[in-house]
Amino acid sequence: MIDDRQGLYTPEGAELSLVLAGPVVRTAAFTLDLLIRLAIYILAAIIFSLLDSIGTGLVLILMFLLEWFYPVLFEVFRDGQTPGKKSMGIAVTHSDGTPITVNGSLIRNLLRNADMFPACYLVGFITMLCNRRFQRLGDLAADTVVVYVNKPELTPVEVNVMAEMPDWTVALADQRTLVSFLERGVKLSQARRQELAALAYPNITPERAERLALAHARYLLGGETTKVAHTAQRSQDGNA
Amino acid sequence: MKQNQFEAQYRAEWLEFERLLQILADNKKEQRQDAQFASFPERYRRLCHQHALAHERGYSLPLIQQLNELIFQGHRQLYRHRLPIVGPLIRFILHDFPVAVREQKAWNLASGFVFVFAVVFMWVLVDQQPEMIYSLIDGNSVSGIENMYEPGAGFREDRDSSDDVTMFGYYIYNNIGIAFRTFASGLFFGVGAIVVELFNGAYFGAIAAHLINIGSHEPFFTFVVAHGAPELTAIALSGGSGMRLGWALLAPGPWPRRYALQRAAQLAMPVMYGAFGLLLIAAFVEAFWSPRQLEPTIKYSVGAASWILLYLYLLVAGRRNA
Repeated sequence: MIDDRQGLYTPEGAELSLVLAGPVVRTAAFTLDLLIRLAIYILAAIIFSLLDSIGTGLVLILMFLLEWFYPVLFEVFRDGQTPGKKSMGIAVTHSDGTPITVNGSLIRNLLRNADMFPACYLVGFITMLCNRRFQRLGDLAADTVVVYVNKPELTPVEVNVMAEMPDWTVALADQRTLVSFLERGVKLSQARRQELAALAYPNITPERAERLALAHARYLLGGETTKVAHTAQRSQDGNA
Repeated sequence: MKQNQFEAQYRAEWLEFERLLQILADNKKEQRQDAQFASFPERYRRLCHQHALAHERGYSLPLIQQLNELIFQGHRQLYRHRLPIVGPLIRFILHDFPVAVREQKAWNLASGFVFVFAVVFMWVLVDQQPEMIYSLIDGNSVSGIENMYEPGAGFREDRDSSDDVTMFGYYIYNNIGIAFRTFASGLFFGVGAIVVELFNGAYFGAIAAHLINIGSHEPFFTFVVAHGAPELTAIALSGGSGMRLGWALLAPGPWPRRYALQRAAQLAMPVMYGAFGLLLIAAFVEAFWSPRQLEPTIKYSVGAASWILLYLYLLVAGRRNA
């Protein structure tokens, strides 16, 4: 099955689902980091060229540090996010969801060279496609995954339908289906909504079926008034 | 309980938890004095409980995702690995590194053997047939090297401290990069690491034999003897660590390949930290000691001391409390 979610059980028994970051978003993050490093090189070259020959040595040391330890520095001290990753809303964690350690970060970044082989991260890309968690070789060795940390904001759902009690004993699966129908229906066309609702209530017209499905869903959410804006997602910015 | 009631009942708790997370993320010491932090684990556990309830009662997906997100962030704060630096560093130098090196001595010996084999092979070859050097190194590079180690060349006296710094930077950039790449290339079933060892060994052996042939051996050996100990050892250790990773993939033993690789990386990493340290020392010696023009006896004694001390350290240190 193709699924970009990974289940995770915390010691407290909570079952979390992490959304894994795929090759495209990771490439974008990498490119951003590359540009940042490039800007630093250019800046450093200008500054150090004023120091004549000592400058060459310092630039080489800087290049060495940036090339190998730029990701390590940010991953360890910025909760798994280099600036590029941060702007993409992704972060490196160990596969048990804990923040990445120095050791883990060094393993995955030293082995980056194997992933780059022979060019353009070909080995890393193929490896990512060959396992369920989009891990490149370095990730496999360090037991790390790249996940989304800031989920996109969900818009509150508003429906102008009075709640109505279902006339059957609602099973959990029914409840989930109806509630999802209410939440995700706003993204569908009315014709599609009616088509779906008609599957659930085959004995009435599609227009009535849609209204009834929404009314039942409103009831299951606990709605009593005519208007509801539930689970308004507060922004979860600046944190990872 | 209906979802709306559930949210109304616990919303305040979630907001407070989010506030605590924000403070932790901001990472300011004075704010952590907040008395609420004593209750952080408890709040976290309650949140896990509420998440499970929401899931089980079939509440809406956005609510579950929101709780999911809060728990994930709490999880990342609660299970953070804290890092003291100085104690472990001293322990690493006195104990962990030499022990880790000995622990994978089979790999290090294999890697070292490949290197020495290439050195001896090219050395003997170039010694017997001097023109064979051109089979490995092109003419321009050879004459460049000949000039560099020409006895009595003036430029060695003229070298000043800014050249030293430049060369220090170059050695750091080049040599440590080579070591890290050797390690990474070992992932390809060890082949990459073996190739690097072979090539470096052959290069070194060919140049050494060639410089002896043309009579420039003294400037060459007085230059390389001291920093050669940490540098060549570190390259051999990187190759050994890389071959170990490759072997874990090739013959994972009783583990699945993924775990065999993770285990090998965990065990080989201390050796790579040590190799990094050795190469820093080597770069320092190579840039600031090796170019000094001193009596060959002094340079050879220091070089011998460097080799003996290094191998004494790697073979003996950390044995007592192992």
